[in-house]
Amino acid sequence: MAANVTTPGAVEPKMWLGGIEPMKASYGKLMMWFFLISDTFTFSALLVAYGTARFSFPAFTGKHEDFTFSNMYWPVPERVYEAVPFLHGISLPLVFVGIMTFILIASSVTMVLAVEAGHRMDRANVEKYMLWTILGGFTFLGCQAWEWSHFIHGTDSGTVMKVIENGTWIEKTIFGANLTENQYGPPAFADFFFFITGFHGTHVFSGVILNILIFFRAATGFYDKRGSYEMVEKVGLYWHFVDLVWVFVFTFFYLV
Amino acid sequence: MAEVHHHHVHNQDPEAGAEQRKAIWKTFWILLIITSLEFLIAFTVPHGILKITIFIVMTIVKAFYIVGEFMHLKHETKTLIWSILVPVIFVAWLILALMLEGNAIFEAIFG
Repeated sequence: MAANVTTPGAVEPKMWLGGIEPMKASYGKLMMWFFLISDTFTFSALLVAYGTARFSFPAFTGKHEDFTFSNMYWPVPERVYEAVPFLHGISLPLVFVGIMTFILIASSVTMVLAVEAGHRMDRANVEKYMLWTILGGFTFLGCQAWEWSHFIHGTDSGTVMKVIENGTWIEKTIFGANLTENQYGPPAFADFFFFITGFHGTHVFSGVILNILIFFRAATGFYDKRGSYEMVEKVGLYWHFVDLVWVFVFTFFYLV
Repeated sequence: MAEVHHHHVHNQDPEAGAEQRKAIWKTFWILLIITSLEFLIAFTVPHGILKITIFIVMTIVKAFYIVGEFMHLKHETKTLIWSILVPVIFVAWLILALMLEGNAIFEAIFG
C-alpha cells in the first residue's frame, strides 16, 4: 500500500526521473499496461496474418444476393454468421455476434463501476458490480460456445465442393468446418476463425477467473484489510483490454 | 497512518465519484450508439472502400473511448500515454505493409 501514497515532502517526480512511482502509476498498474502492450502485439499478429491471407485470396465479385459458399473465393462474413439460437433456418446476419458485442461492452461498464466503487472503499458495490461482470463474462463464453458449435456442425444441406483428397480432385459435400475442411470458403478462413476467436475466448476465460478471484477477495474483506482496492483496477485494465480486442475482431472479422 | 485514515472518512461520502459514474454511463451510450450505427451501415451502404473506411474510423473511435475512459489512459501522465501509443504506431505500419504484401501474393497467383 505504501507504494500508492506519495510521501509528503518527497521530491516532486519529474518526467524521466522516476521517483517512487514512475509515470505516477504504481508498479502493478504499470506492469499490467506493459503486459497489455505485449498482448496487443500477439493479437495484432493474428489480425495482420488474417489481413494478408484475405488480400492474397480472390474476393467474391458477384452481386451480394447471389453469394454462395465456395472454396474459390473468400466468403462474405455476414452470410456465414447469420444463425441465432432457437431461430433455426431464419437468416439473421450478424445479429448474434451483435448481441455478444453488447454483452461484452455492458460487462466492461460494470467492471469500471466496480473500479469506481473501489476508489470509495465501497465494498458492497464492488461485490455487486464484480458479480455482474462475472455473469457477463460467462454469458459471452456461452454464446461463443454456441457459435463455435454451429460453425463446426454447419448448415443443413452443407456445400458441394471440389477438393483434393489423396492426390486426386473429387467432389464431395462438406458440412461445417474444421482445420482442414470448410463448407463456408477456403480452409484458411475457418483456421483464422478458430485461432482468433479461440485466442480471444481464452482471454475472456482467464479474465473471468481473475474476476472471480477479485470478487472473493473483496467479499472476504481482503482489500479492506489492505486499505486499497487497487487490485480491482489492475484486473479491470485486463478486462477492458479483452473488450477492446473484441471491438477489433468484430470489425475485421465480421464486418469488413 | 493518519493520512490514510483521513482518506477513508473522506471517501464515505455517497456523492463522491458521482461525476465519474456519469462519465462512465456517457461512454457506455457512445459505444452502444456507434455499434448500432455499424449495424445500420453494414446493411445499407454498398460494399467498397467507403464502407471499410467508415468501419475502421468507427473502430478507432470506439478504441479511443475504451482505452481513454474505461482504462483511464486519458487521465494518466503524458509519458505513460506515449509509451503505450508509440508501439501501436509500429503495429499500424505492419498492418499496411502486410496488406500490400498480401495483394502482391494475389497478383502473383491470380493476376
